Amino acid sequence: METTIEQTLPMDKIVDKSLKKTHTIEVNDAKVWYGDFMAIKGIDMVIKPNTVTSFIGPSGCGKSTFLRLFNRMNDYVDGFKMEGKIKVNGRNIYKDKVHVEELRKEIGMVFQKPNPFPKSIFENVAYGLKIQGIKDKKLINDRVEKALKQADLWEDVKDNLKKSALTLSGGQQQRLCIARTLAVEPSIILMDEPTSALDPISTSKIEDLIFELKEKYTIIIVTHNMQQASRISDYTAFFYLGNLIEFDKTKNIFTNPQKQQTENYITGRFG
Amino acid sequence: MQNVTYHREALNQSGIEMLSMCKSQLQKSKESFVNHDSDLAEEVIRNETRVNALDLKIEKDCEKFIALYTPVAIDLRFVIALLKINSELERIADHAYGISKYVIDIDNIIPPHLLTVTQFDEMYDTILVMMDMVTEAYENKDVKIARKVFKKDKILDKININSFKVLEEEIKKDNSIITEALILLSVVKKMERVGDLIKNIAEEIIFYIDAEVLKHQNKK
Repeated sequence: METTIEQTLPMDKIVDKSLKKTHTIEVNDAKVWYGDFMAIKGIDMVIKPNTVTSFIGPSGCGKSTFLRLFNRMNDYVDGFKMEGKIKVNGRNIYKDKVHVEELRKEIGMVFQKPNPFPKSIFENVAYGLKIQGIKDKKLINDRVEKALKQADLWEDVKDNLKKSALTLSGGQQQRLCIARTLAVEPSIILMDEPTSALDPISTSKIEDLIFELKEKYTIIIVTHNMQQASRISDYTAFFYLGNLIEFDKTKNIFTNPQKQQTENYITGRFG
Repeated sequence: MQNVTYHREALNQSGIEMLSMCKSQLQKSKESFVNHDSDLAEEVIRNETRVNALDLKIEKDCEKFIALYTPVAIDLRFVIALLKINSELERIADHAYGISKYVIDIDNIIPPHLLTVTQFDEMYDTILVMMDMVTEAYENKDVKIARKVFKKDKILDKININSFKVLEEEIKKDNSIITEALILLSVVKKMERVGDLIKNIAEEIIFYIDAEVLKHQNKK
């Protein structure tokens, strides 16, 4: 059954409270088009709670498009059309009248390039809470501190919370963006190549952070770095030309993949 | 050829060289022992240095390959398997060295009838066939041939068990051959051990190609 974006917008009233309880993602026969181009060709997948899942594959294979389906980031891309079901906690986030802002509160996202707002460190983290209408200063302060601590940034910035976020290093800015995501207490975090612009030390800090965060969150990460996928994720999905070629435990994918295409890709013999 | 493919192939060739070198050491050690040929025995002893050097080179190259190319999947299994195969081959060459050392250190010539009753030729020939099998399996990535090695090893186990009895009988008949019988028994034990090491190599080849772990299992 086809579900177009026109049918599901606007999603303005209903707040899906049940999204909070668990954070399993279930994808059934997802297909995506950008105009005439079919970017995702019918993918099924179940992502378990409190796991880290890596999406790997060559450029243009559809992994980022697929990731962005989970928080409806593709909705406003020209010519975007989607078929199939994506359920978060049993609810089809495309079919039902899901409030897209509530959905994005549940499913946070960290991007390839750190994108702090040109505001203070504090304001960056508090931003999501404030636009939710939270006014309780103590609550905001507590959440900002907690998020910065979770993102392993508190010790670096606790004395300079009023300083511009743009003065931070690239690695610190990315951790700030993670803190900004955590502050609104999502259950699922999507990361689109979050360390590709960072040096090895900052990358290592983010990877350690991902490992710690999976206790409380479900994390899905798009990465071009095979070693990163093997280091940090419990599950790995290999995409090629809009298809999901193989999805398995990371240890299986990197020691004994079942599909020749997967093996060729991860061993660098692709194409 | 891609850089990683080039270096993997170089490692593969070193593995083939090590297999061939160790087979040659085994063959020469047999001939030197059976014919009490001290010149050939000395050649085996001299070649041991070359085996050790190649062993070190392969270890170092594997380490480099892991560090520089962070292999995964079949590449990772290959390099892990090669490290283990290399180590087993080095030990096989040590046994060949040990057998040749008897020829140099001891003047006693083993009476031919003792070689016959212990099925010494059959044992050694089986080992050389097993070496050919693992070499072919490794070169052609042929798991079927690798699996055939396990049956052959059972022949060696039988000969080994039997040799103790038959030598005991021979000593009872003629106690002047005690020293020769003990040397022969020791060599037979070494050969049985070599068989086990070749079996381990076959297991590693199967792991490398099929990702199947056969170690400590009786399903062979």
